[in-house]
Amino acid sequence: MKVSIKVNGVQYEKEVEPRTLLAYFLREDCGLTGTHIGCDTSSCGCCVVVMDGDRAVKSCTMFAAQADGHEITTVEGLAQGGALHPLQQAFWDQHGLQCGYCTPGMLMTSFVLLKHKPNPTEAEVREELAGNLCRCTGYNNIVKAVRQAAETLQAAPATK
Amino acid sequence: MIPAAFEYLRASSADDAFAQLQRLGSDARVLAGGQSLIPAMRFRLARPAVLVDINSVAELNYIKMNGALTLGAIARDSDVERAPWIGERGWSLIHDVSRVVADPVVRQMGTVVGSLCHNDPSGDWPAVALAMRAEMVVRGKSGERTVPIDQFLVDSFTTAVAEGEMALAARFPVPDDRTAGSYQKVERKVGDYATAAAAVQLSLNADGTVREAGIALSSAGPCAVRIDEAEALLKGQQPTADLIRAAADAAVKKSEPQADLRGSIEYKKNLAGVLVSRGLRLALARLGVQS
Repeated sequence: MKVSIKVNGVQYEKEVEPRTLLAYFLREDCGLTGTHIGCDTSSCGCCVVVMDGDRAVKSCTMFAAQADGHEITTVEGLAQGGALHPLQQAFWDQHGLQCGYCTPGMLMTSFVLLKHKPNPTEAEVREELAGNLCRCTGYNNIVKAVRQAAETLQAAPATK
Repeated sequence: MIPAAFEYLRASSADDAFAQLQRLGSDARVLAGGQSLIPAMRFRLARPAVLVDINSVAELNYIKMNGALTLGAIARDSDVERAPWIGERGWSLIHDVSRVVADPVVRQMGTVVGSLCHNDPSGDWPAVALAMRAEMVVRGKSGERTVPIDQFLVDSFTTAVAEGEMALAARFPVPDDRTAGSYQKVERKVGDYATAAAAVQLSLNADGTVREAGIALSSAGPCAVRIDEAEALLKGQQPTADLIRAAADAAVKKSEPQADLRGSIEYKKNLAGVLVSRGLRLALARLGVQS
């Protein structure tokens, strides 16, 4: 079947099998390998992408066919004009990663969290990231990073 | 880990989805949030020949208060979690459950009606629907019908939705101002199945006696189970510590869990009683009653 999906502002029109999962579509058909596949069973959150700007979804548990006609944002879509997104900058500043495998999912889940709750408490960040697993950091620096990004985004509402 | 091949149909309306299901019968499955169905397909535990995707059907995407809280077939868990009324005391059972279903990302796709139709013995919504005495709206050949939740939940992964039929909505009765509930779930980690879980809904009379109690367990047998003995014990009585203990004992007796990595049968049965007791106490505390 034919799908037309806007990913990070670029329209992709591709022929896919209905059983093609969105994560594989992004990686193999669009060449956007920033979206990682970890557990491949909707447990780890590495593959989280944003649908229509305000919903975090596990792209290994959704068919590309379901994204037909929708807009998807992946980690590649965060930085604008060579400048890191405040979330990415905060992960850098706070040392919110070591191996980086979970990071795309952490960023995209946090991106949606900050849309709905621009100034989350530490507890709220921890709750919202409960579906994203990190085996390196112990989470503390990730939580700090999300809160730093919240501050940056609130101070400069013009930034995305 | 790739699902078996299937044909994908996107329904343009509820009528269209129903017509496709009628035509295809047992070959087709409805695709709503897909958060249980897609993993099952990936493990090849489910191999539907056709998926009828209802995610684009706007008329099924609603949360309405129309004599009952009515959730359309693609109302997401996260929509419920963020609903403006979710902090009201009467909806405290739904408040509690909406924050512990799966994990926060899965909740942004997963649907309440889909969870009820999946009827996983470890699911959260079946027990909540039992405790709240919900009803399901099902469309069949002869039109729409309303099915009480006790008849809807038939057995593990089996509901009253027959071949070619479709669940359109779940309806939860609007609680009066002397009603509160609680959902108590013990899980090893967020996103795991419950080790045990209890849903409790209590309505009091003006004199403090129990007008109606709804008590149900998840992960306690082949299907979510109503603890009718506990409900009957409480009805019409002042909810004393002794009665709460008796209600918890009734839950222990009726719980039929399986032993697995999460715990032994003995442990899970005991836990079911503890959670019913905690749930009743929290529901009463929310009603301003010490117990």
